Amino acid sequence: MSIGFSKRHVISMRDFSRDEIDYILAEAERLEPYAHHGKTSDVLDGKILANLFFEPSTRTRLSFETAMKRLGGEVLNVSSTEGSSMAKGETLADTVRVISGYCDVIVLRHPKDGAARMAANCSDVSVINAGDGTGHHPTQTLLDLYAIRKEASLDGLSIALVGDLKYGRTVHSLAYALTLYGAKIYLVSPEELRMPDSIKKDLNDLGACLEETSNINDVIGGVSVLYMTRIQKERFMDPVEYDKVAGSYRITADMLKDAGDDMVIMHPLPRVDEIAPDVDETKHAVYFRQSFYGVPVRMAVLSLLIGSEQ
Amino acid sequence: MNGSFVGGNVMNVKGEMRIKGIENGTVIDHIKSGQALNVLRILGISSKSAEVLSIAMNVPSKLTHKKDIVKVEGRELSPSEVNKIALITPDATINIVRDSKVIEKHKVSLPNEITGVLRCANANCISNTSEPVKPRFIISKEPPVKLRCFYCDRLMVEDVVEHLLF
Repeated sequence: MSIGFSKRHVISMRDFSRDEIDYILAEAERLEPYAHHGKTSDVLDGKILANLFFEPSTRTRLSFETAMKRLGGEVLNVSSTEGSSMAKGETLADTVRVISGYCDVIVLRHPKDGAARMAANCSDVSVINAGDGTGHHPTQTLLDLYAIRKEASLDGLSIALVGDLKYGRTVHSLAYALTLYGAKIYLVSPEELRMPDSIKKDLNDLGACLEETSNINDVIGGVSVLYMTRIQKERFMDPVEYDKVAGSYRITADMLKDAGDDMVIMHPLPRVDEIAPDVDETKHAVYFRQSFYGVPVRMAVLSLLIGSEQ
Repeated sequence: MNGSFVGGNVMNVKGEMRIKGIENGTVIDHIKSGQALNVLRILGISSKSAEVLSIAMNVPSKLTHKKDIVKVEGRELSPSEVNKIALITPDATINIVRDSKVIEKHKVSLPNEITGVLRCANANCISNTSEPVKPRFIISKEPPVKLRCFYCDRLMVEDVVEHLLF
């Protein structure tokens, strides 16, 4: 089966069917040997990627850069508002119009929800959303799905999304995609960081199988994937309240006694203290491999969008 | 029946005229009671507009007990202009009047998308910034009707009237 991706934008998981997602994941599998040292490819030779990052990023920006270079392409970087003409008052729309003339694909991270969709409307080249405010981060979702496929299974999946489900964009996109796979999804968060009603309604309308709880111990023994997220201190007015909440969503090796043998713990990283270092040594920890999978998945996305084979 | 809408005239029980019919223009009838002023907001008609307007609110109605009516003189509103009001009053009807005769009558129907009418309820949406974009919503007409922000994907779960731009 061949699916046309050429010149498309990657803004939200909503833009992709399950068949298309499976196709991207299969392409990532094919390209994974090239994501390691050694095997080389020149499929994107002569192509230029522009990284436009108006918010901090390490993994996403560097893995896009690595993915592009592993496929023989080149990278331009704009990494803050201060370092660009936006500091002079230029709109994002104008910035994107100009930069789309300098490159073959734009990777954009921006603090405003919907910024990537707007950018796509202004751009002559494909735009990949690398995180827009509390909105979407589709390539993170794709790499999460890839990690689940590699480390657990997407069939009959039972997964707990833990932590900040209100502002965490990775869990919003992931919950949507998992609904396409018929997963049982446990939403584990403190009351004040529950998944927004508008998103739950949306997921329920799509037939999602959701269950909410505040207690992480309710789910550890029954899920095949525990997907941890960082609880952001800046979301709390009262630091004491933050400490109370953050402490109750911290996983330690001791807490994993009742976990199934095959249960895996994922995290989009960076972590702060929601996963204790002693968990790293357990068989359940896959978050560092998960982070690596960002390279083959982004290689797949780039080669499908701008590869000469298309 | 406590009142009637005859040839553009709105009559009371005694047959006295409440609002005179118009010679040429558009009569929007069967507006949900209390929504006439919001209909004008959606149509972009304000105190600065030049059109001669008649507004009747809470007029007795056979079908809905009470309704509002808006008459715009000298301007024939196109379906694309008027269909936007289906967001707040899906049963409204549009009557195009020429030489005091109704020459065209149809019910409003929701468009597939609307631009520049509603503000996205997500304060962090790019459409609520100084970027050169008008708020745009994709409408899913399958009941229950859903509005999704084109930019941030957020589903509008609030009362749309609270988010009218004007």
